[in-house]
Order: sequence, then C-alpha cells, then structure tokens
Amino acid sequence: MSDIQNLQSYDPFADLGDSGDTGGEQQGYIHIRIQQRNGRKTLTTIQGLPKNFDQKRMLKIFKKDFACNGTLVEDEELGSVIQLQGDQRTKVSTLLTSEGGIDKKQIKIHGF
Amino acid sequence: MSAEIEEKLESMEIQDDDLVFDLSMKKKKKKSKKTEEEPVEEAAAESQEAAPSADAAEEDPMAMFGEKKKKKKKVKVEDDAAAEGGEEAADAGESFDFGDMKKKKKKSKKVDFSAFEDGQDQEGEDTARDPDDIFAADDEESARTTTKAGVEAEEGWIGSNRDYTYTELLSRVFKILRQNNPELAGEKKRYTIVPPSVMRDGNKKTVFANVADICKRMHRQPEHVIQFLFAELGTSGSIDGSQRLVIKGRFQQKQIEAVLRRYIVEYVTCKTCKSPDTLLTKENRLFFLQCEACGSTRSVSAIKSGFQAQTGKRAAQRVKAAA
Repeated sequence: MSDIQNLQSYDPFADLGDSGDTGGEQQGYIHIRIQQRNGRKTLTTIQGLPKNFDQKRMLKIFKKDFACNGTLVEDEELGSVIQLQGDQRTKVSTLLTSEGGIDKKQIKIHGF
Repeated sequence: MSAEIEEKLESMEIQDDDLVFDLSMKKKKKKSKKTEEEPVEEAAAESQEAAPSADAAEEDPMAMFGEKKKKKKKVKVEDDAAAEGGEEAADAGESFDFGDMKKKKKKSKKVDFSAFEDGQDQEGEDTARDPDDIFAADDEESARTTTKAGVEAEEGWIGSNRDYTYTELLSRVFKILRQNNPELAGEKKRYTIVPPSVMRDGNKKTVFANVADICKRMHRQPEHVIQFLFAELGTSGSIDGSQRLVIKGRFQQKQIEAVLRRYIVEYVTCKTCKSPDTLLTKENRLFFLQCEACGSTRSVSAIKSGFQAQTGKRAAQRVKAAA
C-alpha cells in the first residue's frame, strides 16, 4: 500500500533541491564563461563537461561547427577545460542540449 | 488629461481656505458622474436654448465603458458652458432654468458629500498626491485612468434599476479596500533599482560609478557584489577614491545590468515569496539568505570565479610569478 502517495511520509522541512546535494552540484553544472581579450576579441571557456564525453572529440566538433580555433587546457583543480576563440556561449549551449542530450538546467552561462 | 490635472491643482489651491466644500465638489465630479448627468439632461431637454453641442454630448448613461473617458471630458465642457450660460441667463433673465440647474447640482453635491464623508480623508490625500504621480511613469498614469473608469463603472447600477454585475462589485470592493488600507489591495510596490551608470575610462577600463548606491539599495555589502561582478565578467578591477568601481575590459551598461539582474535573482530576492527584503549572512563559510518578509532561509552558493584562461603576455605572467 505504500505506493499510495498520500501515505508516504513526507518531511515538509526537508531542504528542497536547488542547492541540495552540494557535493554533486559542483560537478553537475557545465559552466560556459566568456573572457575579454584585447580589443573586441573574446574567449569562451567550457568547464565541467561530463566525464563520459571525449573532450578531444568535443573540441574537434566545436571547432568545426563554430568555425573557430580552440584548445584543451588542463587545470589542476578544474580538470580539462575547452577554450574556444570568440563568443560561442549560446552556440555551445544549444549544441550541447540538442546533440549532447544535456539538460538545459545543467548548463550555466556566465558573463554579460 | 491635462485639463483634469489643472482642475485638480486648482482645487488644491482652493483647498487651503475652503477645504471641505471643495473636496466634496471634486469628489462629486469624480464619482457620481452618472447621477449628475441625469438632471443635466433633463434640464437640457427642458430648455431648447441649451447649447446644442452639449446636447449631443449627452448620451445614454449606460454607454460603453470605453467611452467613459471621452464622455467625462464632454460633460466637463458642458459644465463650463452651463456656468457661462447661467451667467448670461442672469443678465438676460430669459431662460432662468439654467440657474436653477446649477443650484440643483450644488444641492446634489452636498448630499453626495455626506454619503461619502467617511472616505473623505483618504480622498484628500489622493488629490494631494496626484501631482506627484503625474511626473512618474506613463503606465502609472494609465493605470490611474483605468481605476477611475472602474470607479465610474462601479456606480453604474445606482442610477438605473438593473442589477449590479460581478465586475462592478469587485471594483467596488477593491476601491474601498484601497481607500481604507492600501497595503492590502495587492498593489505591490515594484522593486526598482537605479540603472548602473557605466562609463568608459580610457581605452581598456570601464567605470561603474554608482556601485555604492546600488549596493545600498539592495542591502548588500559592496565587496560581495563586486566579487560577483568580477567572477561573472571574468575580469578584475578596483575601487577608486570616489567609491567608483573600475573594471578592466570594455563593458556596456546593458551588460553590467544583465549581470546585476542575475545577482539580484541569485542573492537578493527570496525564492519563496519573491521579496527583495532579505539579509545575507555568513555562517561558517556558508552564505545564507534570510527573508525579512516571510522569514524563510535558504543557502546560496558561494561566488566562484572558475577557470580563468590566460590572456595577456606570458612574459608579464612570468614576472608576476617570480615576484
């Protein structure tokens, strides 16, 4: 009978999601950032891609699709970060959601 | 609209020496246009000499709500015409019914005043505040006119023998509520913040002049806001002598504004009740947001700047690392 929803115990004071599992949260998000360079040039960095994605192949796809250059940067704390030339934030997020099957809530776009 | 404003201002001036009567006059005009119209119409019908334009202006009192506004103006014009006509009539002694009409009107005003006496103080405040409102946003003014239309519509059933409708009663309830305790009427004061004033400082720097003011309005520490700005924009900067923030890089006002908006959503507004009246406190390395309005507390994520790609000259970096 426990599959009746009303009978299940429910803790009304439990912290609801949002920032619930603080440990997993940091890995869960994909941060897409923008950084200004000299003049009107910018860099886009993609941090926190899931481990099951091959970063090298992702980079190749990004570079080809957005017609830009980019590199893979290894960071001590944050792991590997994809760096692309130019402002590719919205393009990256649409590609990740449409092709990569990533939930839009998982992606955080930073910058202006 | 402007004619109305003028009239209001006039009434305010007179208010000083003859407060009660003038207020009542104003109220009369505002509220019971309906009841006023009918005797006017009758009088007009009686005297054929009455201004024909005024006659045309007199329509069915039950006309569409949309036409209320226009009609009101016409009635006012007619009022003036009637007053002039009354003077003329006094001179000529020909059509005395004009003067009669005027008297009748005044009497009805008095009656109305006693009926609405309880709401009088509130009304007086309203009229006193009105000129300020006019200088505010346009939409506010339009909202005012709609409420006025609602007030007029609300009285619709009094003159006739038809039943009141739901919307009329609803607007009546809200009007009374607004008069007696405005904070319950659901008119929330919108949370506003001055737009950031952003200027370019030379070629590569941006000055954000009113950080301190904006932080004060949000009740946040400037350090926290600045930290967030830098993390989001991926730059660094400093505060200069006159409390302005100098940011490295070129940024436009709308860009800064977008970031500030995100800051407000993330660190200022309460997720539960959307109130901006919150406190940010730090408890052993964790930031907590406590709502002053509903009392809920939630934890907010700390500001992390994340990965910073290397820009600029590598030689300069090496010098910095060595030093």
